[in-house]
Amino acid sequence: MKHLLSIADLSTEEITSILDTAVSMHEVQHREVKKLPTLRGRTIINFFFEDSTRTRSSFEIAGKWLSADTINLTGKGTSVSKGESLRDTVMTVGAMGVDMIIVRHPASGAPQQIAEWVDCSVVNAGDGTHEHPSQALLDAYTMRHALGGLEGRHVAIVGDLTHSRVLRSNLLCLAKLGAQVTLVAPPTLMPSGIGAWAAADGFNLSYDLDAVLPTVDAVMMLRVQRERMSGGYFPTAKEYAVTYGLTPRRLGLLPEHAVICHPGPMNRGLEISADAADAARSLVLDQVSAGVAVRMSILYHLLAGEGNDQ
Amino acid sequence: MSPAPETGPGREVLTSDDISRALRRIAHEILEGNKGPEDLVLLGIPTRGAHLAHRLAEALRQVEGVDVPVGSLDITMYRDDLRRQPTRAVEPTHVPGDGVDGKVVVLVDDVLYSGRTVRSALDALADLGRPRTVRLAVLVDRGHRELPIRADYVGKNLPTAHAERVMVRLAEADGGDEGVRIAGPAEEER
Repeated sequence: MKHLLSIADLSTEEITSILDTAVSMHEVQHREVKKLPTLRGRTIINFFFEDSTRTRSSFEIAGKWLSADTINLTGKGTSVSKGESLRDTVMTVGAMGVDMIIVRHPASGAPQQIAEWVDCSVVNAGDGTHEHPSQALLDAYTMRHALGGLEGRHVAIVGDLTHSRVLRSNLLCLAKLGAQVTLVAPPTLMPSGIGAWAAADGFNLSYDLDAVLPTVDAVMMLRVQRERMSGGYFPTAKEYAVTYGLTPRRLGLLPEHAVICHPGPMNRGLEISADAADAARSLVLDQVSAGVAVRMSILYHLLAGEGNDQ
Repeated sequence: MSPAPETGPGREVLTSDDISRALRRIAHEILEGNKGPEDLVLLGIPTRGAHLAHRLAEALRQVEGVDVPVGSLDITMYRDDLRRQPTRAVEPTHVPGDGVDGKVVVLVDDVLYSGRTVRSALDALADLGRPRTVRLAVLVDRGHRELPIRADYVGKNLPTAHAERVMVRLAEADGGDEGVRIAGPAEEER
């Protein structure tokens, strides 16, 4: 494993190995000294061309706790704002001899492109509406921990499917771990061609959240991405909240053991009510906590072993 | 390439009973050196060292009638050869409830060879706290140290050649057929 660009590149064994190692990393998180010498002398660049709180900070913390040197760059305040091309910018960074570039970019496919330009490892921290593999891995980690496993479990992914890179990575990841997935969204927020995709990959589609909720083990609410919406996908926010939001009433439809996930940041009152977000069965903060452990595991898998570096 | 000719699984140097006897003796030596079981904590290095630590705790219980805290200390993230090998699976680290601060920690491993595992374990231990004393117990000391490290308690000193392999099999880790065997380079299986 040299790059982490898409969940599609990972085997079930590799996913399981990343999740298992993350369990040990999670233990380190509760120690007084949260530092392992594993990646001493390695340099990791966080290159974020898009805003991010949890992904960027958790990759940075993960790198620091493994003793790597981590540097943060954003689109603003770098030569990008002077008009330098993406290729020149990342080649410049690569020429400094860094070991890994973690990249978030608004263009789908940018990390794949960068991986062809540079010699170091590249991690996709979210590219456009394509994929967000580390998020899917931490979601899987959190749900696996809460449910005791994902094989045969039923997970509903609800909301803005069209604009969600989290969805694509999660679909791939959950399928590889043996979970059954149902996607729920208004027709306007279903990606075009999803019917054929669902038939090919064996997941279900529904427009009726009330009918799906009583059958799930986990429900993942996706953020309504207003910043990517140029047209009218639904009449009003109020109507969306009533028809597709996880309202206090819908909380009562969930089976007793079912858990709630949200990749964050949450629009409280829109796709998820405050009651649901703060419920005991809500794993939102567990997801954040797992984010550091899973990303430590990702860095370990990409940088620690032989043959992973040039 | 055709497989190496069958030369058997090597020479047996410790039987299952020998291992039990060695652990019982080490239990006595630990109690003697520590003047009792006070403050003792056993930390085994996964995978076989962790199993041996539990057996050692059982031996201490039989000898002294006390439960000595047992844990495991994974050293994977502290190795100095990570970049020379394929990515290794990380095993669990479990520190008993009271931690290691001020304790007499006995590290337990199956084979002492270069000493690099023990060096890694000392680093890992330093991140967990500050023991009063750290001791080292091993089932087999096969020599060829690359670092100034020695064991306090040794089940068996086993002079070996560099090219030979020492294979420890324990019921907990490897199923039945326990024992320690030594094999030449052509017979290596590990």
